[in-house]
Amino acid sequence: MIRMDGLTKSFGAKRVLDGVDLSVATGESLCVIGQSGTGKSVLLKCILGLERPDAGQVLWDGQPLDRARFMARFGMLFQGAALFDSLSVWQNVAFRLRQRMDDRRARAIALDKLARVGLAADIADLMPAQLSGGMAKRVGLARAIADDPAVIFFDEPTTGLDPIRARAIDALIRGIVTETGATAITITHDMASCRIIGDRVALLADGRIAHDGPVADMDGAPALAGFLGNADAGPGEHAG
Amino acid sequence: MTPIRAIGRPALRATRTIGAVALFAARGLSGFGPPRAILRQMVQIGWLSLPVVGLTALFTGAALALQIHSGGERFQAGDVVPAIVAIGMVRELGPVLGGLMVAARVASSIAAEIGTMRVTEQIDALVTLSTDPMRWLVTPRLWAAILCMPVLVATGDIIGIMGGWLVGTTSLGFNSASYIANSWAYLEPWDVTSGLIKGAFFGLVVALSGCWFGMRSGRGAAGVGRATTNAVVAAAVGILAANFALTGLFFE
Repeated sequence: MIRMDGLTKSFGAKRVLDGVDLSVATGESLCVIGQSGTGKSVLLKCILGLERPDAGQVLWDGQPLDRARFMARFGMLFQGAALFDSLSVWQNVAFRLRQRMDDRRARAIALDKLARVGLAADIADLMPAQLSGGMAKRVGLARAIADDPAVIFFDEPTTGLDPIRARAIDALIRGIVTETGATAITITHDMASCRIIGDRVALLADGRIAHDGPVADMDGAPALAGFLGNADAGPGEHAG
Repeated sequence: MTPIRAIGRPALRATRTIGAVALFAARGLSGFGPPRAILRQMVQIGWLSLPVVGLTALFTGAALALQIHSGGERFQAGDVVPAIVAIGMVRELGPVLGGLMVAARVASSIAAEIGTMRVTEQIDALVTLSTDPMRWLVTPRLWAAILCMPVLVATGDIIGIMGGWLVGTTSLGFNSASYIANSWAYLEPWDVTSGLIKGAFFGLVVALSGCWFGMRSGRGAAGVGRATTNAVVAAAVGILAANFALTGLFFE
């Protein structure tokens, strides 16, 4: 289980996180939604130690999160895929694996993971600059799951994709989370993604958790009404 | 209070920055990084800089020979061309001009590459893959530049002296064998060694500047552009300042 207790983070005078309390159980898929600029990505970065919170703590299995131990069992899909430009597709996917096994074995696993996200072996030797946005996301997803992580974060996985590709990525994420039993946190403002990927949904507004409940109940949640009402029009306003 | 503040604040800021850069360099130089990454950087920083450093040295050596000959003729000292070209190249012009050319080519590319990695979250991705960005990105570049620059300087020295020889033998009436003999005759080992040490130091300045500004790049294309400009300016000024300090240290 990952638990955030009273996470607070300010940038200058702007308080982005104002005492966030949130938890996600082992094997659960949590979607964190909110308007652009409400601190969703900052929340993820605080968990990962990429940003240092001003106050509060992150617990993993009841203990203060040990970053090195956590990262060893962690995978992440970044908003823009964040593939390494100087490495080929398979080298990106096998990045972590190559640090502890020979290239032949690492490549075989990379090809297997690429197949899992629906990519053929013939793209393995392409460079990231040669991929479309959707393919880059899939490669990023393959890299995130390459070492069979126990915890996976997805940062706006469908941003910049057309609806058909977005739903395909959603389905892939849901399938991978279900079959691996990984704990997942997804940052999104795409409510359609939320319905497919999430078990639970939390709304981050004004630096606090304004709603936290099962995805199945979100249509009746007053705090999400505005957000759901404008979902078809794209990311934007919400009631909270 | 105001004038004291006006002096104190920038002084404190400068001290903080110098301290932070020193710590950054110390972290970058502790350890050696992945050998494959260092080799790749040695190709990028060293091998690919050879043409620009070689051409710069060739033309500088040639121009230096012309200048010394025309200036020396005023007091019947035109014969000192080979010795002065050799000493001038190995002590000063080889390392400084080589360093400046590498600063223009390498500091900018390092800052642009690392800066782009920062704004596209590739550096965050490294962290999530249990990889220290300092060890992966900074250490190989610092060591590659430190190792490659003396070789570039030595190559530049030889090509620069050849430039002087070319002009001396084709335009200034020098005999080829005596030009080479005179170049060697007045050259001392410390002249060459001091230039190579300067080169290693300038390599550190160039790579450190590129890595420092790249890792602190602001958002977007404008942020990367600023990081690139700052890296080149800081590297060039750093080389000239370090050259003055090292020359004083070595020869005074």
